Parts: sequence; C-alpha cells; structure tokens
Amino acid sequence: MNTFTILRRELSSYFRSPVAYAVLFFFALITGFFFYAGVRSFLQQSLQMTMMGQSVPLNVNEWVVRSVLGNMNVINLFVIPIITMRLFAEEKRSGTFELLSTSPLRDSEIILGKWLAAMVLYLAGLSITLLNMLILFAYGNPDWRPMAIGYLGAVLQGGSLLALGTFLSTLTKNQIIAAVSAFGVCILLFVMDWVASFDSSPLFKVISYLSVSSHSNQFVSGVADSKDAIYYISVIFLGLFLSGRSLESIRWRA
Amino acid sequence: MIKVEGLTKRYARNVAVDHISFEVEKGQIVGFLGPNGAGKTTTMRMLTCFMPPTEGSAQVAGFDVRENPMEVKRRIGYLPETPPVYPEMEVIEYLDFVGRIKGVPTANLRSRIDEVMQKTAITDVRNKEIGKLSKGYRQRVGLAQAIVHNPDVLILDEPTSGLDPHQIIETRDLIKGLAGDHTIILSTHILPEVEAICQRVMIINRGKLVATDTMENLNSRLHGAETVAVEVLSRDGTSSPEWLRSVHEKLEKVAGVSQVIAKDAKDGRARFIVESLKDSHVRPELAKAVIEAGWQLNELHGIGLSLEDIFLELTSSTYETTSEPAAEVAQ
Repeated sequence: MNTFTILRRELSSYFRSPVAYAVLFFFALITGFFFYAGVRSFLQQSLQMTMMGQSVPLNVNEWVVRSVLGNMNVINLFVIPIITMRLFAEEKRSGTFELLSTSPLRDSEIILGKWLAAMVLYLAGLSITLLNMLILFAYGNPDWRPMAIGYLGAVLQGGSLLALGTFLSTLTKNQIIAAVSAFGVCILLFVMDWVASFDSSPLFKVISYLSVSSHSNQFVSGVADSKDAIYYISVIFLGLFLSGRSLESIRWRA
Repeated sequence: MIKVEGLTKRYARNVAVDHISFEVEKGQIVGFLGPNGAGKTTTMRMLTCFMPPTEGSAQVAGFDVRENPMEVKRRIGYLPETPPVYPEMEVIEYLDFVGRIKGVPTANLRSRIDEVMQKTAITDVRNKEIGKLSKGYRQRVGLAQAIVHNPDVLILDEPTSGLDPHQIIETRDLIKGLAGDHTIILSTHILPEVEAICQRVMIINRGKLVATDTMENLNSRLHGAETVAVEVLSRDGTSSPEWLRSVHEKLEKVAGVSQVIAKDAKDGRARFIVESLKDSHVRPELAKAVIEAGWQLNELHGIGLSLEDIFLELTSSTYETTSEPAAEVAQ
C-alpha cells in the first residue's frame, strides 16, 4: 500500500516534468529509426534474393525484430541513467527525504515504490516500440514467440540497470553525478565481455559472465535461457539491496 | 509525552549534542533556544528518528526512538527548517500523499485534509502548485503536512525563519492555536519568539543544555530581581588591584546582593554589575556602603535583565569555560 503510494507520487512527478516526455519521445524516435532501417534492409535483401532466383524467403524476425531489439538495448545505456538520476538525489537535495524517512515507512517500501515507478516509465517506452511490431504483423507474418522473448529480455535488462541506477541515486544529492555514474556503470557492464576475446583465463570468463551484454544476446535472438534470467534477477536484487544498505548508512552518517 | 535522557550525538571530530536530558509534558509548548549550530536541529532529528543517537535514550509518547521508531514516527509531526514539499505537486495532492504515508485511514483522509487546510488557512490555494506559492504559504503547507495525521507531538525546526514580519505573526498565532491538541517543541534563535509562544524554554549551547525553565519563572527572574550598574571612583585616581578587591568585597557584603561582577576598571573608575536577590531593593544600601568607605559614587542605575541578557550570559559563559575539542583538532 505504501509502496503503491510512493509509486504513484513518483510517476506523477515524472509526467509533470519534461523528462518523461523527452525520454519517451527520443525512445520512440530512435527505435522507430532502427525499425525503418531494419525493414529497409530486409526489403532490399529480399528483392536481391528474388532477383537472384532464390526462393527461400528471408526471416522477418531475424532481420527486423532482432536488429530493433538488439539496438534498443544500446539505447538503454542512455535512457536508464536519465530515468533513475532523480529518484533519490532530488529528494535528498530538496529536503523531502527527511519527510520520507520520518514517516512510518519501511526503506524497502520507499525503494520498491521508486524502482517500480522507474520500471513503469521504462515499460511505457518499450510499449511504444510495440507499435512498430504491430506494423510487421499487419503486413507480414512474423513469429510472435521469439519476439516476446526478446521483449522479456529487454524488460529484465531494463529492470536490472534501473535497480543499479536507483542505488547510485541514493549516493548523492546531485542528479548529474547520479546520472553520470549510472551511465558509467551501464557502459562498463556492456563492454565488459570484450575481455572474453582476450584469452580464456577463468578471471576473464567471470568478468565476461558478469557483463550485461553476454546475457542479452540470447534473449534478443529469441532464446530464453534460465541462466540469463537468473543473472538479471540477481542484479535487480543486488541493486535494490544496495539501495537499502545505502539508505541505512545515510541515517548513520547524517 | 517526551522524555530524553543523556541524549548524545557524536561525530568523528566533534560532539553535536552532549548528554541532553529533559522532559516535556502533554500539551506544553517548549522553545528550544540557542545560537546557530548549537545542536537544536540534531536533537530534533534524533527525536523524529531521522538519525539514531550515539548514546542515551529518547522516548516519545512512551515509545523509544531506537527500539520502536515506527510507533514514534506515527506519533510525530515534523517540520524541518525547509518545508519538505514537492514543488511540482498541488497542495491538496501533496497533503493527500503525506496523509497516506503517515497512515491516515483513507476513509478519513478527505475530511482530515480539509480540516488541516482550514486550520492553516491554505484552503484558497488548495489547487495551486506548491512551487508557485509564496514562502509564507509554503511554510503553512509545511505545517499542514506536520499535523495531517493528528500527531501527539509536533516538532518544528525554526518555523518562522525566512518569513516577513506579518507572516511571522501569523505563523506564531497558528502554532499557539495548535497547542493543547499537540505537544510542541519548536526551535528558534529569536528570543521574542520564545516569549511570545512558549510556556517553557530550554537553552542549548554547544550541544549542552545550559538552562531550562518555565516562562513564568524566567519572567519573575526578569522582573523580581534587580540588576544594578555601579561606578565607583577611588580617592587617588588610580585603580590598584587591592582597591578593586576591597570595593568588590564591600559591595558583596551589602544586604540583599546575590552576585557582583567586575566589568572594567580604568584611571580610578571601577564598574560593577550587582545582582540583587528577589524583592530586595539594594540601591540605597549600595550608595551608603560606597560613601561610608570614603569613595565617590559616580554612577548608580538599574539595568533590565531581559531574556536576551540571560541568553547571552548563559551562552557566552559556557563559551569561555568549556574546552572545545573540535577547535583544538582543527588547529
């Protein structure tokens, strides 16, 4: 109940500032561009194939859906810090954090409410991209199952990065610092799996396993692996847990 | 209603609140008086469970802030120095949010919000964004927020800071109107405020409680006893230490004198501040004592001992006598 109250206030505050609209607008614009580019190259390739006399049709899922979802995961890098930066930093700066922490609320309720609000905004962005997919269904015959799995992956990945962003926002009063550090962490988590190509020592394997990108590829190509899902869910728990510890420590240091 | 024992907040380099103990009874308005940085806010933050004490205990409505913070939070309304408002929210929406997180039952919430808006006179701005309100209104929204769940205890940190004189008077009246229903602790560094609102005053300086008294006692101290400035001239025009000491002793021996404080001495003139006991008129006796000793009486007049004087005296004397560990470390 309290979680819901926090969630509702947080959401209304998102939609009262231009931030939410800017995020949604650019999310729609960029994924729309990816979609257009994907469809364009798909058509070109199909045309070429037919001219060359090959009769096996190209797979829409492989050509369009995959490219849109794969690129969307990159957009997350930029969108997620913007969504999470204000969650706690703004409350700490303006003094409303004192209101929350002197009210009979549990830390877990505050954190969960805020993270869920961030989740709702992120899901709103994702659902706009579904419009593109509807166009595919109207004119083509894509397979919905790998698509659903791809979206599930995007939700899980978004959720885990949002949880980490929430944690980083508890650390500072400054939204910019919260955003920059979330941005840095997101990028690191994305590029970390490059080390896998250096050599195959156990350390590099572990580092590569911890990267977000090593877990998103499977989902994007429509394969749900419990290993990847568990990774994301663990990161979500880690982020929310660290946020809780951080709120506690704010009190002891205050 | 509030019981504080040995409450202490220690940081790595200094002690913000140093073994404070006091009790506040139900329905009282208590003023927490002290210069900036004396530890008022820190004490209030410990009472509201915003931060845990390093040592000591505090109980609010029978619940300990450490063992039962949830119960304490349910019973406390808190207005920090800057009202904790969300500028993008409308007044009514904000109060609805606060009411919910403070645990007001949803069925009563509407009527409760109307009630506190009326009490704090903000009904006319109910649908305005808080960020667009004037400072006085924002402060009243802050007060409305603090009382929305009808708490037993109200803690107000500098409720009138930053307001114009007209708004200050309004806010004070508002707080006075809230007494009775709530036990109130308010902090301030403005003396007349305490005189205007509070029944009891606690003076805090450098983290220590240096005085606590009822306003009545303070007032009788202000008006009952007499404080007199005396200036004495010596015969030879020099002020030797022996002569000063003899004058000091002579004045102390006058009947009804409770305390003699040497102020300054120069070229055979010596000034003293003489405090008398309650209900004794010492001025004629002082004059007689000086003349009989063969000195000249240059000046003799009563000085009022206002709350301001008491405050300055209490806070500056502890400044001189207590060693300040933080300052030593810094040096």
